[in-house]
Amino acid sequence: MYRYDEFDHRFVRERVGQFRDQVERRLGGELSEAEFKPLRLMNGVYLQLHAYMLRVAIPYGTLSSAQMRRLAEIADTYDKGYAHFTTRQNVQYNWPKLKDMPDLLDDLADVEMHAIQTSGNCIRNVTTDQWAGVAADEVADPRPVCELLRQWSSLHPEFSFLPRKFKIAVTGAPRDRAAVAVHDIGLRMHVNADGARGWEVLAGGGQGRTPMIAITVREFLPEAELLGYLEAVMRVYNLHGRRDNKYKARIKILVHELGADAFRAQVEAEYAKLGSPTVDVEQRELERISAYFAPPVYDELDETCVPFELAKNENREFAWWVKSNVSAHKVSGYAIVNISLKPTGGIPGDATSQQMFVVADLAEQYSHAEIRVTHRQNLVLPDVRLSDLYTLWIELNSAELATANVGLIGDIVACPGLDYCALATARSIPIAQDVSERFEDLKRQHDIGSLTINISGCINACGHHHVGHIGILGLDKKGEEFYQITLGGSSDENASIGTILGPGFAGDQVADAIETIVETYLGLRADDEPFIETYRRVGAKPFKEALYETA
Amino acid sequence: MSGKILTANRVNDGDVVFFTSDHQWSLRISDALFAEDEAVLELLEDQLRLAETGTEVTDAYVFDAEKFDGVLRPRHIRERIRTLGPTVRADLGKQSNGTGGAFSAVS
Repeated sequence: MYRYDEFDHRFVRERVGQFRDQVERRLGGELSEAEFKPLRLMNGVYLQLHAYMLRVAIPYGTLSSAQMRRLAEIADTYDKGYAHFTTRQNVQYNWPKLKDMPDLLDDLADVEMHAIQTSGNCIRNVTTDQWAGVAADEVADPRPVCELLRQWSSLHPEFSFLPRKFKIAVTGAPRDRAAVAVHDIGLRMHVNADGARGWEVLAGGGQGRTPMIAITVREFLPEAELLGYLEAVMRVYNLHGRRDNKYKARIKILVHELGADAFRAQVEAEYAKLGSPTVDVEQRELERISAYFAPPVYDELDETCVPFELAKNENREFAWWVKSNVSAHKVSGYAIVNISLKPTGGIPGDATSQQMFVVADLAEQYSHAEIRVTHRQNLVLPDVRLSDLYTLWIELNSAELATANVGLIGDIVACPGLDYCALATARSIPIAQDVSERFEDLKRQHDIGSLTINISGCINACGHHHVGHIGILGLDKKGEEFYQITLGGSSDENASIGTILGPGFAGDQVADAIETIVETYLGLRADDEPFIETYRRVGAKPFKEALYETA
Repeated sequence: MSGKILTANRVNDGDVVFFTSDHQWSLRISDALFAEDEAVLELLEDQLRLAETGTEVTDAYVFDAEKFDGVLRPRHIRERIRTLGPTVRADLGKQSNGTGGAFSAVS
């Protein structure tokens, strides 16, 4: 993992000190809310429905056991004993007091964490594949580049007052687990015919009220030119992105209004003006950073582990868990363990401090003290020996962290919605709970197979409903919550935006509607065809008929 | 009976508070000054403007409320959840310590 150098340490501590002074002046009456609000937002402090909310950055979703432990301690000391993992691989506290915030941020700084740039019109936390560095299908570990981007974008003077917030996602694997096509900038690693590595640079993707799939700006950018090229993209956006209308200020609108060809031409013209004076520095820095992400020393293990195979044969629940929650590792004899934060009827992404302590301990014991946070609100232990899986499963089970549903219908993504969020128009969590309870039967979930349900409580789409195979959007109609259903969204390498199926449903009708959709799929699927492929083959019509014409 | 209530968040801890008839901020909606006529509403709006420049509370606004069987409650689900706490965690928010209100968020 990356470790802070003296500059990182100094700037984070200095920022905490500045914010401590600002909070004191706010509480003492020297600063008005109008003066203070931009300062607190720059430090990740929002005001939500019930209280302040603090969003802490988890750079590219990677945590050490020590950091996870500290996050749990913060939940106990300053909050109400739990935390919420978000769709941007971050973590949020829902009840911290403003007067405690400087101490809280100092505690975070102790473990090299902060909340800077988790709000505001700047470059936000860079996100990536939760299996970075260990995925069997990976071209290269994207985290060194993510860290380079973190350093480049942190307090970057030119990009601290963009037209709107800006999100970058990176994947080093052909299977896209980072949703790069629905980010302001997406980076996808390729290897060309000469064996050289380079980046496909995408721009203009996004969700919110105007969902769009990104265009490819450059098919293959030599690896060493990345920062210069991104600077050109950012400059075009910073200069020409709209500032007159908040809802049209994201880069996707600029790309759409200019058209893909004109946008590409502007970026290339800007890039040509820059030259590439920083490339050598960038390469040296990237090499320095990469050393921190050197793979751990793995044992030489056989590809198969007999006790593990026996345990699978003897224990059906363990076998299910392995099938859905354990993924292929690039090193023989090891596995990636995905920890579901979606127990049946639970709150997606929430973990108690106790569970966080357990995960920190288990990571230390079984996975080189490293943990990942996924953009589907789950956790990952990236480096587990096959021979440890059964014991690990038992320990996860006793902490209620072994629900065997990752990638299945129970693994629902949901924003906090109207239960917590000041912007929400409807609740998300109770819908997720209803649906997960409806499909409680794990055998049924495994029979249904790969299926994502994403729920947002308002048009801002924090629950990524546009790219759920089934998307649910909560709205307000004359003071009543109602829910629109979309089908056919996807955030992988074949990304697509879901299509609205028809009129919305009341909250207590949603689980029935989802069940009708699932039953319709089961009646239409060919062999093991996943939901999304069946949908793409047959289109929306049979689902519409099943939902609306039977009444 | 319908009317208006002035609410805000307390600056130092973020807690939801309501403007009361003795011109204080209370954690309990039952203490709120219930504006049923223009004169009281004007008073709330004056207080709202004062609150914006003060240091005790922030994000003040007026919402629609009603008095039902003598109990004050917000008309809209958003304000009811804000007054009680998350509907998915009865152990959190005002509902958990008796400062919420004698009504449900969803009915």
